[in-house]
Amino acid sequence: MNTIVQVNELRKTYGETVAIDEVSFEVREGEIFGMLGPNGAGKTTTIECLEGLRKPDRGTLRVLGVDPQRESHILRERTGIQLQQSNLPDRMKVWEALDLYASFYPKTTDWEELLVQLGLEEKRNTPFAKLSGGQKQRLFIALALLPDPQLVFLDELTTGLDPQARHAIWDLVRDVRARGKTVFLTTHFMEEAERLCDRVAILDHGRIVALDTPTALIHGLDAEERVIFNVDGPLPASFAKALPDAVRLEVEATRVIIHGKNDREIPLVSEVVNLLTGQGVAFHDLRTEQPTLEDVFLSLTGHQIRE
Amino acid sequence: MKSLLKMTWMEAKLFLREPASAFFTLVFPLIYLFMYGLISGNEPTPMYGGQRALDVAIPSLTAVIIAMAGLMSNTMTMATYREKGILRRLQTTPVSPLIVLVAQVIVIFAMTSLGMLLLIAAGKLVYQVNFAGNVFSMLIGFVLSSLSFFGIGFILAGIMPTVRSAWVVAMVLLYPMLFLSGAFFSIEILPTAVQKVSAFMPLTYVVNLLRGLWAGEPWANHLLDVGVLVGMLLVGVIISAKTFRWE
Repeated sequence: MNTIVQVNELRKTYGETVAIDEVSFEVREGEIFGMLGPNGAGKTTTIECLEGLRKPDRGTLRVLGVDPQRESHILRERTGIQLQQSNLPDRMKVWEALDLYASFYPKTTDWEELLVQLGLEEKRNTPFAKLSGGQKQRLFIALALLPDPQLVFLDELTTGLDPQARHAIWDLVRDVRARGKTVFLTTHFMEEAERLCDRVAILDHGRIVALDTPTALIHGLDAEERVIFNVDGPLPASFAKALPDAVRLEVEATRVIIHGKNDREIPLVSEVVNLLTGQGVAFHDLRTEQPTLEDVFLSLTGHQIRE
Repeated sequence: MKSLLKMTWMEAKLFLREPASAFFTLVFPLIYLFMYGLISGNEPTPMYGGQRALDVAIPSLTAVIIAMAGLMSNTMTMATYREKGILRRLQTTPVSPLIVLVAQVIVIFAMTSLGMLLLIAAGKLVYQVNFAGNVFSMLIGFVLSSLSFFGIGFILAGIMPTVRSAWVVAMVLLYPMLFLSGAFFSIEILPTAVQKVSAFMPLTYVVNLLRGLWAGEPWANHLLDVGVLVGMLLVGVIISAKTFRWE
């Protein structure tokens, strides 16, 4: 698989503050690569160095085979960029923005088609200031896709959006990948990284602390999953005896919590449900809790992502 | 070239959609003209060497349009584009910053010209104002005055950190200039001490040059005005280019 982005020992400081240091990674063609970390971890600095908007102090960068600083003109025509902080003039209409931006590139996709694909057809005559947060983001995605880029940068794409709009945007990003493009995104939403990204680099205090697929990161954690349910009467002693040795049972009145490793061959939940029905124990409100990237982040950095 | 045309056309539409900038450049000078008409009437005035107050009002109000377009519209547009990240969004595309600046100059200049044309048309139709100069000379004087003033707006937008501060400085520069340069009231009616202050107002040179050319005076009478304005133009271009920032 081709390497689209290659970063070696990247370092960038602002005065005394070290924004990122010893950051190295690769992005492969056709994947959604996510950079996950709290605010101030250095995500935007990294993405802006890749975009050629900032000059790194040290380290080598190759994006689509070129140096983003020295050959920025090549990159501008072949990448699509959505910035964390940017706007269009308040009174510029949706179609006008696409029409104007299309004139900046030697070759573009049909913006009328993008308008339909991104669900902005009805808003084509709406001024920028009158768009909702989700519609603005969709317009920015459309602008990023306009030059038919090989690589799309999305910086904090869904920050400030409601959950419904966020899910719609995730679908759009998956569509972008389905069209054979590579996506590099940053986020501080665990769920976004877990559900959207093929591979995730976890960034904390300017350094990469882990990099893998979300599943591998979670499995590598050696964490517990939990099965939680309520029983109507007392839990029979035979139930506790029949449980495998590796799991731990916790009973608080009618509430039962069973802890187990998440690397089992048979999922813990099916084992528990089989036992309960086999022994004729009445239960309700059964749910499971899986470890998430949140737990991975906590165990790697010793702190929560939202602090 | 395609980008420049699209950008210019877009900026022109945005200018006309912005009620404040369209009002101050196109409508406000007309209101002033009619106020002059009501106050001073249409008789020759000895103070203007036999010219009528309204004949003098046309070039003076043209200077007002130039000052407002350069200091208000231009400063606000550029400072807002920078502060809101509109320029940053442009920076991610292959478009050159020069195109952004040139499109802005073309649009502001076109709007200023439109403001002047409306003013002249209204003056001719309503008050039969007298134009004693040469159209070609008048045009050159107008272009020189406009471009040298637009530079001030670009510099302010470039060096002031926020839209708000750029706006405050623009107003602080604009108001005394409107009153002390002879644009609103003729310098002739101001006390001599105040007249001395007007020598430091860039707009004074625009008023002098345009009034002179309108009345048919030769360029030789206005070498100082031309010198000052050409100087401002050069400084404006150099500093605008040096202080241009995407963010």
